[in-house]
Amino acid sequence: MADNLLSIMTFFPLVGMIALLFIPRDNDAMLKSFALAVSLITFLISLPLAFDNVFKTSGGMHYREFYEWIHVGEFFQMNYNVGVDGISLWLVMLTTFIMPIAILSTWNAVKKNTKGFMAMLLLLQTGMLGAFISLDLFLFYIFWELMLIPMYFLIGIWGGSNRIYAAVKFFIYTAVGSLLMLVGIIFVYYYAIQSGSPVNGFGIQEFYQLDIPYGAQFWLFLAFGFSFAIKVPMFPLHTWLPDAHTEAPTAGSVILAAVLLKMGTYGYVRFAMPLFPEALQTFIPFLAFLSVVGIIYGSLVAMMQDDVKKLVAYSSVAHLGFVMLGLFALNMQGMAGGMIQMINHGISTGALFLIVGFLYERRHTRQISEFGGLAGKMPIFATIFLIITFSSIGLPGTNGFVGEFLALMGAFESDLRWYAVFATTGVILAAVYMLWVYQRIMFGKVTNPANENIKDLSAREIVIMAPLLLFVFWIGIYPNTFFDKMNPALEQLLQQINNQQVAIVEVVQPVVANVVDTK
Amino acid sequence: MENLVQEAIQNVNLHAVMPSLILSVAGMALLLVAVFSPRGKTAHIAWLSIASLIVAGIVTIMGWNDTQYGFAGSVQLDNFAAFFSMICIIAAGLAILMSDEYLKRENFPVGEYYPLILITTAGAMWMVSGTDLITIFLGLEVLSVSLYILAGFFRDQVRCNEAGLKYFFLGAFSTGFLLYGMALLYGVSGTTKVYDIAAYIQANPDTTTNVMFVAGGLLMLTGFFFKIAAAPFHMWTPDVYQGAPTPITAFMSAGPKAAAFAALIRVTFICLEGMQDHLTTVFWVLAVLTMTVGNLIALNQKDLKRMLAYSSIAHAGYAMVGLVAWNEIGSAGILFYMLVYTFMNMGAFAILILIGRSGEENLTLDGVTGLGYKKPMLGIAFSIFLFALMGLPPTAGFTGKFYIFAGAINSGYIWLAVLGVLNSAVSLYYYLRIMIFMYFKEPQEDYAWVKIYPATAVSIVISVIGVLYLGIVPGSIMQLARMAGF
Repeated sequence: MADNLLSIMTFFPLVGMIALLFIPRDNDAMLKSFALAVSLITFLISLPLAFDNVFKTSGGMHYREFYEWIHVGEFFQMNYNVGVDGISLWLVMLTTFIMPIAILSTWNAVKKNTKGFMAMLLLLQTGMLGAFISLDLFLFYIFWELMLIPMYFLIGIWGGSNRIYAAVKFFIYTAVGSLLMLVGIIFVYYYAIQSGSPVNGFGIQEFYQLDIPYGAQFWLFLAFGFSFAIKVPMFPLHTWLPDAHTEAPTAGSVILAAVLLKMGTYGYVRFAMPLFPEALQTFIPFLAFLSVVGIIYGSLVAMMQDDVKKLVAYSSVAHLGFVMLGLFALNMQGMAGGMIQMINHGISTGALFLIVGFLYERRHTRQISEFGGLAGKMPIFATIFLIITFSSIGLPGTNGFVGEFLALMGAFESDLRWYAVFATTGVILAAVYMLWVYQRIMFGKVTNPANENIKDLSAREIVIMAPLLLFVFWIGIYPNTFFDKMNPALEQLLQQINNQQVAIVEVVQPVVANVVDTK
Repeated sequence: MENLVQEAIQNVNLHAVMPSLILSVAGMALLLVAVFSPRGKTAHIAWLSIASLIVAGIVTIMGWNDTQYGFAGSVQLDNFAAFFSMICIIAAGLAILMSDEYLKRENFPVGEYYPLILITTAGAMWMVSGTDLITIFLGLEVLSVSLYILAGFFRDQVRCNEAGLKYFFLGAFSTGFLLYGMALLYGVSGTTKVYDIAAYIQANPDTTTNVMFVAGGLLMLTGFFFKIAAAPFHMWTPDVYQGAPTPITAFMSAGPKAAAFAALIRVTFICLEGMQDHLTTVFWVLAVLTMTVGNLIALNQKDLKRMLAYSSIAHAGYAMVGLVAWNEIGSAGILFYMLVYTFMNMGAFAILILIGRSGEENLTLDGVTGLGYKKPMLGIAFSIFLFALMGLPPTAGFTGKFYIFAGAINSGYIWLAVLGVLNSAVSLYYYLRIMIFMYFKEPQEDYAWVKIYPATAVSIVISVIGVLYLGIVPGSIMQLARMAGF
């Protein structure tokens, strides 16, 4: 079992999807329960990873599996080569954790063709998990593209009124980027072969050792970076995101925000940055600039939205800007901040989309002006929404603070000092747009008669939100659970990027300790 | 002359033509059977044709790794020929499977149809195994003449007649180029055998700058470009593909096209090796032109058959990238890609057959609105073929493109690969559009007329299996393509 844990975890949803196809299509309850069971079992399968202390001591790859897959003589070789380290660990956990929540959230929302909907969600999960555990670029690419197909259908079939436009835009944006990356992948492979370095199929660990000339690195970083930047999404490639988010059904938005966007940032951490470190140095000022623009622009646009779902979508652009800025700081604080901010964004933005979903299910509108004064009518909802709002703003004690603080601090201590200064305004802007929307929806008098009889959260909805709230506080108060297992891998990554021995600085823990004290 | 004849007679080696011989004999025998069968009864001819294709396929597979030379070196049944022969056999088999019920529906169940497909296949096999320009030409003519008839098979339909006639005129025109080019090559080197031409050039390197040789080579290639429908020689394709009976369109886009690629590769890589520097430029330009023209015009098509016709032009462009690469990976990539293309394209056409109505040749985008809900299995199969045509994993379309682009990048043609993938990105739009109509719009009709014909369904299932198998575990077949490549 433990030998094949990753494969079992990754392909269990796929097997579940195939089994699901044999359930009669009109038996909605059965279909939903089955999909939920599959996602819960997947989560249980992945759980031992989170408790494994090996990640605390070693930053390398664990749970390795290796099988020969496609071997065509001297032409090319691909292997099934997977493993996790402290970087992918938490993203894998986030994926298996968010999936049951997403499925549970659609309980009453999806009415048409439940079978197809659940099948697509499960297929999507296999794609996401596979992409996080792949250590072979070819394998990664397969899973990366595999995620496109279910997401396309989720938006296109179950989305809102403008869903076709959003689905096609999402598909073409992502596919164009990844096709260019494919050329890059093949190039790296033949470069490795022709330079005579040892290769192991398209294995990235061997590619890390390559000494690619700067000129080639430049173009390769561009190819990989472009593809990942679309997925993140970075300004100005973000325009597909608000459309996709707004039109997608709630579960789709949650997964898109929580996991799919992380593919882009993860792609930078795992592939673009360590594979092409010299080119990275050239691009950092440019990318950091775009991140800061993303933060400020995303916040300003979010502030002006009438549609609460669009607001959350634009806030994603801003949050991901913090992640990228932290990663580009290239020091332990920044990296750790960026990594934890990925998880945070998954939790808090995922939760925000769920909240928008709750409102939409009750009123079938997402216009902010339609609401007002809900706090009195829905006290539980008001509390939960407030906590998530604080988490999204980054209030100390919640997860958002730890991530944004570390990311900004890392950037401030690196060459990106001035970028960090401007990025900090994003924190203030976040407070403006989040508190303002909270005030407009929750406070004041009930002006719209349709809100008079609005119901508070049901037990199912509370169950959905509870685990998210738990992690909002867990990461906010004691983030070391996560940092402890992330740091060795991050150190190794930094070493790889800087190509030199970096002193192992235990910066993260004192900083966090201070943070907790000052609170 | 007498010597030549004697030499040829002494060197007859029937093993070298055994698969095509089986098909020719079966084709002629079945023509007689068709004459004596009552009108309207064609199923037994179809099944006998498939049986003979299976026998020919088994004989071909048994000859793997056992190169046979015959007819004084005019025929060479090597792995390369065997691989392409198998593609033609599979294409013919799938075409026959999807034909019988279709012919009945179109009210034209005529038995001669199947023997003609067999003879086309035999011609294609001579083309792929020919090592003499005359053999290649003979094979091409046998293939073309049967296809002219098949393309215009429904003689009471105007559109079909137009297809047959158009194909005939342009085909005859292109044959003229081909033959003229071959004559010039013969004039320069004094032989029509490809290996002898190569030897002559080796001995006289300055031949490659000889105007007659260059003109001959280019004219001959032009003839082949017509057959593979490379832009700007593609003008006949949309009308012919649209007008011909759908199974024949499917067959034409896979089998004969693969055969033309085979002959093109063999002649180019052996005879014209001396012109490599110039030819790669020609191929480069044509490859980019072909895929771009195909994809851009396909964007605007509403008629599905016509859209697939333009998409097949684009796919020929992708395959030509392998020619530009001019290395082992590239040529093996073309072999693999043609096999992949056979499954994915013929599968898509088989679906069009099932959802078309009798006499209705205009199957438009609107005609598949909501199909995915009313006929879920057809919808899933069609989506799989479309994803394969887009080149998305985990389908064979992806592994096929990967193989070819790997060849190009390995030879240093990175920009060509970039243009190739950008073209795939353009093609996403029109393939996705079919899916938008199938899934994202509410069904307007209940598709009551769609009957799942068993034999056609079998061809769809075979294609789906082929597309997924070659997409997920392509290793062994890729390896075979490698052994068969140049």
